[in-house]
Amino acid sequence: MIFDLNFFGMLIGAIMASSVPLILAASGELITERSGVLNLGVEGMMIVGAISGFALMVLTDNLFLAVIGSMLSGLIISSIFGFLTQTLFTNHVASGLALTIFGIGISAMIGKNFVGIPGKDFPLLLVNLRESIPFLGPILFGHSIILYVAFALPFATNYFLKKTKLGLIVRAVGDSPVSASNQGINVALVRYSCILYGGAMCGLAGAYLSLIYTPQWIENMTAGRGWIALALVVFATWSPLKVLAGAIIFGGVTIMQLHLQAIGLRIPVQLLSALPYIMTIIVLVVISRDSRKIKLNTPTSLGQIFYKEK
Amino acid sequence: MEVQLIKIEKRNDVSRSIYLLTPILAIFLTLFGGGIIFFALGFNPIEALKFFFITPISDLYGLSELLLKATPLCLIAIGLSFCFKSNNWNIGAEGQLIFGGIVGGGVALLFYNHDGFYVLPIIIVSGAVGGMVFAMIPAILKTFFNTNEILVSLMLVYVAKLLLDYLVVGPWSNPEGFNFPETRQFSASARMPILFDGLRIHAGIFITLVTVFLSWIILYKTYLGFQIKVSGLSLKTANYAGYKGKIMIIIVFMISGACAGIAGVGEITGPIGQLHRNISPDYGFTAIIVAFLGRLNPVGIIFASLIVALTYLGAETAQIFLQIPKYTGQVFQGMILFFLLASDYLLFFKIKFLGLKKNDI
Amino acid sequence: MKYLISVLFLLGLSISANAEFKVGFVYVGPVTDHGWTYQHDEGRKAVEAAGIKATYVESVQYGADSERVIRQLAQSGHDLIFTTSFGYMDPTNNVAKDFPNVKFEHATGYKMDHPNVSVYSARFYQGRTLLGHIAGKMTKTNTIGYIASFPIPEVIRGINAMTLAAQKVNPDIKTKIIWVFSWYDPGKEAEAAQALIDQGADIIMQHTDSTAAVQVAEKAGVWSFGQASDMQKFAPKSILTSIIDDWAPYYVERSIAARDGTWSQQNTWHGLKEGMVAMAPYNPAMGSDLVKEVEQLQKDLASGKANSFTGPIYDQKGNLLVAEGSVADDGLLGGMKVYVKGVEGDVPQ
Repeated sequence: MIFDLNFFGMLIGAIMASSVPLILAASGELITERSGVLNLGVEGMMIVGAISGFALMVLTDNLFLAVIGSMLSGLIISSIFGFLTQTLFTNHVASGLALTIFGIGISAMIGKNFVGIPGKDFPLLLVNLRESIPFLGPILFGHSIILYVAFALPFATNYFLKKTKLGLIVRAVGDSPVSASNQGINVALVRYSCILYGGAMCGLAGAYLSLIYTPQWIENMTAGRGWIALALVVFATWSPLKVLAGAIIFGGVTIMQLHLQAIGLRIPVQLLSALPYIMTIIVLVVISRDSRKIKLNTPTSLGQIFYKEK
Repeated sequence: MEVQLIKIEKRNDVSRSIYLLTPILAIFLTLFGGGIIFFALGFNPIEALKFFFITPISDLYGLSELLLKATPLCLIAIGLSFCFKSNNWNIGAEGQLIFGGIVGGGVALLFYNHDGFYVLPIIIVSGAVGGMVFAMIPAILKTFFNTNEILVSLMLVYVAKLLLDYLVVGPWSNPEGFNFPETRQFSASARMPILFDGLRIHAGIFITLVTVFLSWIILYKTYLGFQIKVSGLSLKTANYAGYKGKIMIIIVFMISGACAGIAGVGEITGPIGQLHRNISPDYGFTAIIVAFLGRLNPVGIIFASLIVALTYLGAETAQIFLQIPKYTGQVFQGMILFFLLASDYLLFFKIKFLGLKKNDI
Repeated sequence: MKYLISVLFLLGLSISANAEFKVGFVYVGPVTDHGWTYQHDEGRKAVEAAGIKATYVESVQYGADSERVIRQLAQSGHDLIFTTSFGYMDPTNNVAKDFPNVKFEHATGYKMDHPNVSVYSARFYQGRTLLGHIAGKMTKTNTIGYIASFPIPEVIRGINAMTLAAQKVNPDIKTKIIWVFSWYDPGKEAEAAQALIDQGADIIMQHTDSTAAVQVAEKAGVWSFGQASDMQKFAPKSILTSIIDDWAPYYVERSIAARDGTWSQQNTWHGLKEGMVAMAPYNPAMGSDLVKEVEQLQKDLASGKANSFTGPIYDQKGNLLVAEGSVADDGLLGGMKVYVKGVEGDVPQ
């Protein structure tokens, strides 16, 4: 009765909405990683973006400023990571981890004054079309602008990496910083830019949570989504379009198990939730054993420090 | 004409004194940064720092709690130092800790209401094996399938967490426990002996100390230790090492996993006494900070684990006495690592102040 | 070195020698969760307002950390300590053994191993009965969505009380349940609410602590209920009422008793009557008739004229739990493990 076409439309719409923060953060991290930098600070940058966006919304009462501000704050906090890894040549893993721990702490500290304040209604586009068109309505309409941006982003990222000169440079730096440097490319500058871009996208992903998805500030509200986004980049074998597919699979697993429960099926919830992580490991094994496949997309110099004698 | 005031050169030899001094510099910078944050929050920085770093350890009980908290951190960090020294980035110690806890806890439940001196040793060994096996997954995938160990070990953390969740909510939950997500309390035979009446510090600290000693011997007195060091110095050498190199990768992961597994068992058979969903407040991740702060050196790690453990206790004390938000603990941990990594710069690079010369102008 | 140690000891003494009467609170979440912990902290503020110093430690994880925090509070001169989550039950009793002069109060537990430990909880299920009554009258789809945390007696009691009350006014009612296995995970609570709504629920209620679910309900235009505190401002149109945990009178009373030396061991289970469970203002959208009806039911539950678990009550398999003409005793309520007839699905094991 309720499981008609429209129900499946709403189901797909819900899965899309839940995958937005994953797509945004993973697309940003993907660019960072394609330049050869492994930033494990995604969770930290997201949570800082979430509190900054929400705090700015409360202080300025302007959602546009809040969104821009969340991206800026993600960018600013990622610059700490950039400075450490690119200027001071520190270890990527340790620096990223420090960023996550620091981000969670500092966000909770700032957030202290912004708890218990309800968020504002974020404008949703074409809500009436959502109701009036069966099946396609709930899929295509009634979302926030950020959802459309998120779904366009992987295509733009794909175009950027494959078709533009800058994209070529990013890939060259990620694959071989030494030869890129020999060709006169400023490796540090390229990597800095990619880190900052990744930070901004993670900030936006956080703001999606605190401004749209669950519009309020709650301590630790990213709840591990940053780590899932990291997994997603690998799951997608560093290919932007597969990030989109992966995010829908990851989001789908979560939403589907809730629906199965509501129908009354007894399912091992925790085991289902572990599936995305296990799938990521399997994908990782499959792509890694075939060296041709690795060469396809994996940035060869991922996580390695590049130092240029001056 | 370009005028250069500062010249930066890469050091050829790493200065030993700077090597040991930078962690101390990092700690001082963190204290300074922390003071600024406290000031910004409207607290007297000196008083806040006192409550944060001195009050928690100003009595015997506080000191014993510090050791209790440092015990798992130190143990895990020692294990990690084997991996990190040889350029193997095991960041999934949290998962290995949890899986060790699951295996050890499962054995403890098997021995429920069962007396015998052998019960605890069996639990500890099975926890170690559990952690070891879990750590071998990324190691074997790395050696035979060329898979990135950072990502695999990280993913496995979540697998372990969810598995523990599944077990304590479902099949292993206490039959008399009203469905609360926790197992039975382990029997006395499955608990770590308490060292002093009224304190919680337990025999696990000896395991940690023995491990520190053994790891010092392995790292500095054996061929394996030499191999680990060499492969850490240059990635290329490690790749050339071939078959032996692969064995070494698996061994360092096994050591690391075993240490984390024992740490997990120490928690559940020590202060906790059962399995539930939060057997570790992210010890496995915090231990990474400890390993770096301790310079991957066994003795350094002991000190580092005490300092990091203090940030946990300090955050609680500061909240009790001054109502300072508790997350300052995490902010401190993040800052320590930031400053330590940054001050490493001094280690590898020389900064020369050239000054202006007449003919430059 | 010796000098340093003695200085450290002196510092410690100077702190613990403070003789002022103090109360300590241990919280499982942040004081700002706007749910469970927030309400306990409101209670703490009331204690402070009564002129008694009351400190707290928030976000204290179960496990090894909680016992240290409780012990530290005891050691640093707190005379009465409230531990406000079930997971602190064993640590509270462990510490109580070593501090016979300090009083301990543990929320929602049942163990009182030492004479200086009391336990207390609230009959939240009485509030659920009111929600069930409202839900049964307000639903159009006859489907109630329920977001549940863990299958413990308290949560199952709430589901049963709500379902029984809803069935009484609307026999066609169906209760759909999603277990999120967390007390506090806003993202997941929101997703669960959305899933329930998509499956036809037009009433959302929750036994989890964040405000995420009511916000989803507001957006989707369905009815919802707040949990633990008044969540009205998060979903002004959607919220029909909230169950409020009001710990303040109890905390003030017990703190004063401990200060004046009249504190004694108790097992407290208060409800609407004592005001430990209270209802937020009813949404006028319910219509004045229904509001009056519910207000009457609230009075009757408080006075004992009505009871949430009045027989006959059957479980899902048709076994009689409570005979006709009698009400469930606290023993049955305290160990409730099965759903009553009419709830769909199985209790997770």
